[in-house]
Amino acid sequence: MDFNDTPEEAEFRAEARAFLAANAEPKGRSRPVLRLGDMGADAVQRCKAWQAKKADAGLAAITWPKQFGGREASPILQVIYQQEEEHYAVPRGLFEIGLGMCIPTMMAYAKPEQLDRYVRPALRGEEVWCQLFSEPAGGSDLAALRTRAERDGDDWVINGQKIWTSGAHLSDFGIIVVRTDPNVPKHEGLTFFFLDMKSRGIEVRPIHQMSGASHFNEVFFTDVRVPDTQRLGAVGQGWRVSLTTLMNERLAVGEVHRPDVEDLVELSRSLMLDGTAAIRNGAVRERIAEWYARTQGLKFTRFRTMTALSRGQTPGPENSIHKLVNAGKLQDIASYGMDLMGMAGLVMDDDLAESYAMFQQALLSSPSARIAGGSDEILRNIIAERVLGLPADIRVDKDRPFNQVPTGKR
Amino acid sequence: MNFDFSDDLKLLRDQARRFLTEQSPPEVARHVLEGHEPYAATLWRSMAEMGWLGAAIPEQHGGAGLGYEGLCVLAEELGRALAPVPFAASSYLATEAIILAGSDAQKRRLLPMLADGSAIGCFALAEGAGNPDPDNVRLRVIGGRLSGSKWPVMDGGVAGFAIVVARDEANEIGLFLVELTAATASRRNLTTVDPSRNQASIEFAGARAEKLGMAPTGWQLVQRLLERAAVLIAFEQVGGAEACLEMARSYAMERYAFGRPIGSFQAIKHKLADVYVAIELARSNAYYGAWALSADVAELPLAAATARVSATEAFHLASKENIQTHGGIGFTWDVDCHLFYRRSKQLALAVGALPYWKNRLVDLIETRNAA
Repeated sequence: MDFNDTPEEAEFRAEARAFLAANAEPKGRSRPVLRLGDMGADAVQRCKAWQAKKADAGLAAITWPKQFGGREASPILQVIYQQEEEHYAVPRGLFEIGLGMCIPTMMAYAKPEQLDRYVRPALRGEEVWCQLFSEPAGGSDLAALRTRAERDGDDWVINGQKIWTSGAHLSDFGIIVVRTDPNVPKHEGLTFFFLDMKSRGIEVRPIHQMSGASHFNEVFFTDVRVPDTQRLGAVGQGWRVSLTTLMNERLAVGEVHRPDVEDLVELSRSLMLDGTAAIRNGAVRERIAEWYARTQGLKFTRFRTMTALSRGQTPGPENSIHKLVNAGKLQDIASYGMDLMGMAGLVMDDDLAESYAMFQQALLSSPSARIAGGSDEILRNIIAERVLGLPADIRVDKDRPFNQVPTGKR
Repeated sequence: MNFDFSDDLKLLRDQARRFLTEQSPPEVARHVLEGHEPYAATLWRSMAEMGWLGAAIPEQHGGAGLGYEGLCVLAEELGRALAPVPFAASSYLATEAIILAGSDAQKRRLLPMLADGSAIGCFALAEGAGNPDPDNVRLRVIGGRLSGSKWPVMDGGVAGFAIVVARDEANEIGLFLVELTAATASRRNLTTVDPSRNQASIEFAGARAEKLGMAPTGWQLVQRLLERAAVLIAFEQVGGAEACLEMARSYAMERYAFGRPIGSFQAIKHKLADVYVAIELARSNAYYGAWALSADVAELPLAAATARVSATEAFHLASKENIQTHGGIGFTWDVDCHLFYRRSKQLALAVGALPYWKNRLVDLIETRNAA
């Protein structure tokens, strides 16, 4: 075990530091960058400009193959870059899905000339990608999706609806999984494509979320034509391709949620409880210690994973624990921070609220963190079945043609 | 960065697991639990022969020189096997106290005996109820003689000497080496929730007390000792927790109810997934503690407190949910669930309980932030 940098790692760290110092603003205890908030045109421009800088410096895709603009470097260098970037307030939130999930799926299944066309613009932030998976009837049970694609000459014609599509309103391209054969069991009748989000027949409607913001969308498809050349994987193999995407999702960079335990430490230093700073209170200290231990445990779990990956092991279902722990912790810290504020904990006005109202905002946005990208319940199922090897749930739909599977009213 | 044990240490772990599966099945812990012997003496001798007792003792003092990462690897396996031996008391606490604070002469005299198993040490801190705190140290050494009582002392009933935390004539806290001879140290074995590990009350009556080392020591030294032991015990806890999860998993696969294995119900699956998560977090924090202990870096105190909190919570959760997964049969004397449940609580209290360590953890965050 060694937490010190190797000479190669130290050299890379110095490079990352120099790049960040020259190009980004140090964070301090600044206003946090909002997750799942509205992203205005200014913010989009800032994200794109930052991404281009990062890509040009060779820091946007550290582990990718060189032919696609990467460094083919160890995931440990990726961790080092993140450690350094954490000290800076950089614009985020526009490219995680495209670069973390869509493009890796393209790399596994698209034709070389398509990769030449799409990968670099995505990496430089010139083109934004989204992932069109969930549907009104297919959320946790993703393979129950109903959006249809029918073959028509050299094209496929898509009709149906997707939902919870992050950033669809800002995207240029998307990856999509659709049903091409309803007469076979659900996993066998799916096919995977990528498409142009500006195609005729696509309508994007933002969802007004409980947090007040609109980050997710409904996407409607009416006779949308997609050339067969944009199919990824064989007809009927869409589920298998989806698993590639989801595997990459587990590897996607763990975001630093705010407020984190350090924000709670700051808050409890500044607020009074029983005539003294709240942090002197034993009950408060216990909670801080518990969240700190969970935070550190996740951080070092990631380091263990990176060490394993750097030795050529593939990421497994054990990585499901990151989102499961993080999302619940975020919701709990948000709620607890507000408790410490007492009656004023309700207030979100900029001029009055503690800590830029980040606790209140997180209270309202954190429910989505526990649902999006695999709900807590699905993640526990994955751990139970794929890590611990417990029996799969009994499924009444597994061997039936999809069009004979019972459905409810909602 | 390389955040994994070396291949050599993984080999050591595999060997230790094979050895303990054979030599320390649950019946061995049960034998001690039921009062047939105070500790598993045969197992202890084998451990001495394999060099485990001196794993972290420098070779010049008769140790195996495996280092602290090696000791961590062994601790995890001993925890998994519920090995009923005075390893924690003798190797993590008494041995470490001598390595940390002993004079050269004391090291030359004591470490070889601890390494070969001819001496068993223990660590006497508590004087009744209360977590580690300098105000709770009242015993005093006057004119080289110690009087008063310490309890509970882990493995105090089987040790030949104790490292005693006491005050000197100037009221300074120090560590004192005391031989446990019947005339001046009368011992009573205590009834506890985990009889698979000895706990004693020791009444000193003018026992000869030799100060460890020459320099003044103070409470900080006690804290350092507790931190180092906390990392090692965290590995025992992780090992024990993992054994619980394996037991619960096997039972959930075999036991049928409502026509299906109970492990196919989400009520059980999600419970065991939560146990898995707690163990992974604890394991990662313990690894960081192992690195900090081994590299002896400034991060050790915070790393140790974090590992301690995580591992204590994980073993508690795993051991209680193992019983719950078993249902009624898990509450019987004959099924091994209770051995882990008992050990979980014993280790949770061994070097100070959660309220102490959580408070200490936040102290250390505050110190770090002030820097």
